Amino acid sequence: MNKTTLIRLGYGLLLTALLAAPQVAYPVLLMKVLCFALFACAFNLLLGYTGLLSFGHAAFFGTAAYVAGYAMKAWLLPTPTSILLGTLAAAALGWLFGSLAIRRQGIYFAMVTLALAQMMYFFFIQAPFTGGEDGLQGVPRGSLFGIVSLADDLNLYYFVLAICVAGFWLIHRTIHSPFGQVLKAIRENEGRAISLGYDVARYKLLAFVLSAGLAGLAGATKAVVFGFASLTDAHWHMSGDVVLMTIVGGLGTIFGPVVGASIIVILEDQLADKVGSLVSVIMGCIFVTCVLLFRRGIVGEIAALKQRYS
Amino acid sequence: MNEIFGVPLPALLGQLMLGLVNGSFYAILSLGLAVIFGMLNIINFAHGAMYMMGAFLAWMGLNYWGIDYWWALVLVPLAIGVIGMITERALLQWLYKLDHLYGLLLTFGLALIIEGLFRDQYGVSGLPYDIPEALTGALDLGFMYLPKYRAWVILASLVVCFSTWFVIEKTRLGAYLRAATENPALTQAFGINVPLMVMLTYGFGVALAGFAGVLAAPAFQVNPLMGSHLIIVVFAVVVIGGMGSILGSIVTGLSLGVIEGLAKVFYPEASATVVFVIMAVVLMVRPAGLFGREQ
Repeated sequence: MNKTTLIRLGYGLLLTALLAAPQVAYPVLLMKVLCFALFACAFNLLLGYTGLLSFGHAAFFGTAAYVAGYAMKAWLLPTPTSILLGTLAAAALGWLFGSLAIRRQGIYFAMVTLALAQMMYFFFIQAPFTGGEDGLQGVPRGSLFGIVSLADDLNLYYFVLAICVAGFWLIHRTIHSPFGQVLKAIRENEGRAISLGYDVARYKLLAFVLSAGLAGLAGATKAVVFGFASLTDAHWHMSGDVVLMTIVGGLGTIFGPVVGASIIVILEDQLADKVGSLVSVIMGCIFVTCVLLFRRGIVGEIAALKQRYS
Repeated sequence: MNEIFGVPLPALLGQLMLGLVNGSFYAILSLGLAVIFGMLNIINFAHGAMYMMGAFLAWMGLNYWGIDYWWALVLVPLAIGVIGMITERALLQWLYKLDHLYGLLLTFGLALIIEGLFRDQYGVSGLPYDIPEALTGALDLGFMYLPKYRAWVILASLVVCFSTWFVIEKTRLGAYLRAATENPALTQAFGINVPLMVMLTYGFGVALAGFAGVLAAPAFQVNPLMGSHLIIVVFAVVVIGGMGSILGSIVTGLSLGVIEGLAKVFYPEASATVVFVIMAVVLMVRPAGLFGREQ
């Protein structure tokens, strides 16, 4: 068997496992993991493959959640249309924020995105349609083309799985396309990419918009799963969480963010009622440990080990 | 002449004063961030947490150990400075050779830890800290009442900011510091202990944040979340001003506070977001920041 067949087999097995997963695990938790995995993959496209640290991705996640939730609740739009609307809103916001943020580099880029996301947070507190501190509650799950009811957890699970697999496929394609190669070149050496004649700013902006849109897709889907959108979705803690997931799993690896998101979401789920507000202390400790000792993340470390012994 | 654009003059001046108070905090914190960034190449996300810890130490000092405000003003920055130096030796020093982003991520983790611990202990409702007796009440200036404590905050922070400027720009120690910022290897070769200076710089930077925390305790409530609210605005201030110049940080901090105060009077809905909007405009017009140098 050659390498491609092995990889295809691996993807096939993983998909089968995901299809069978609701038989053994609670579907809502699985859907949460899927949404955050997509969110982290979208984030990884930017940090891992383009080298841009956005500390404001919660803005896209939250915006899409609010827009999709509002479209379903107030305009009674079908679920897929609402999710699409949310995604487009996040991508549009991404274009706006991206074109501002790429004017600065490195550390300033992170601060600019964080500040812009905080602006959105304040906007959501005051805006009339978000329900302020209570959030947008009671969003109906709706149905798929009026035939399949999504109120059923299992139906919704397969719908969410389809969305996330599609999103993941898009990211995978992007990374392995010529466009993705240019992004990696920018990450490795921006000056050289410019000297080779690439319009670096345009590539960065496009990567930013793509990442924001996919983060929005994850946010909108999450709003459908839980039936609400709230300020938590847009809070800077959320931006920090997605950074953490990506780093724990492995920066710039394809499966790293998925692994990281699964670990962090399940950990938060298990710890939430046991330790209360100490959850953020534990997250902080993981952050510090990862940055000091495991900068490659779980998947990255495994890959490095494999390379050493082969 | 009792009104300006339909706003009563005392209300306008009151908001201006409040704006200057907020601006003083922006100035001290962004100054600390700039000093640390210059030397360590790290954006200290934990700066807000250190500020919050300063306020809490002042509160704990008063309520547990009977240390009054004036002593707290001296002791708390020292304590925060020591905590900072320990942090630098234990954690930060391993990151200097890496990408700057790791410093931001590590200090972000630290901020989460510190904030989480205080939230677990004290909740989020906020604790009151009384204004010291000598500074209660207000001065009657004829055209307005000036609360003494607000005047004190502005005065104290201006003194601290300008002393910092003086030390860095005009003394021998400051010259070493600037040299080490510019070229650490060469400075080391001249026999100056650069790692020690790095440690002291981080300690001093966070001590400034601790000092701001003590000043803030009577002005606002002592709350575990006070730091993270503030630090994000301060980041925007730093982006607007650029970190190249110390006086630039001070001026930018104060003026943004004033603008925020004015926004509260004329268009209250925008008061929380005006700093971010200004940041966006500055990025469009002058991407390097008002006082920044083009890279």
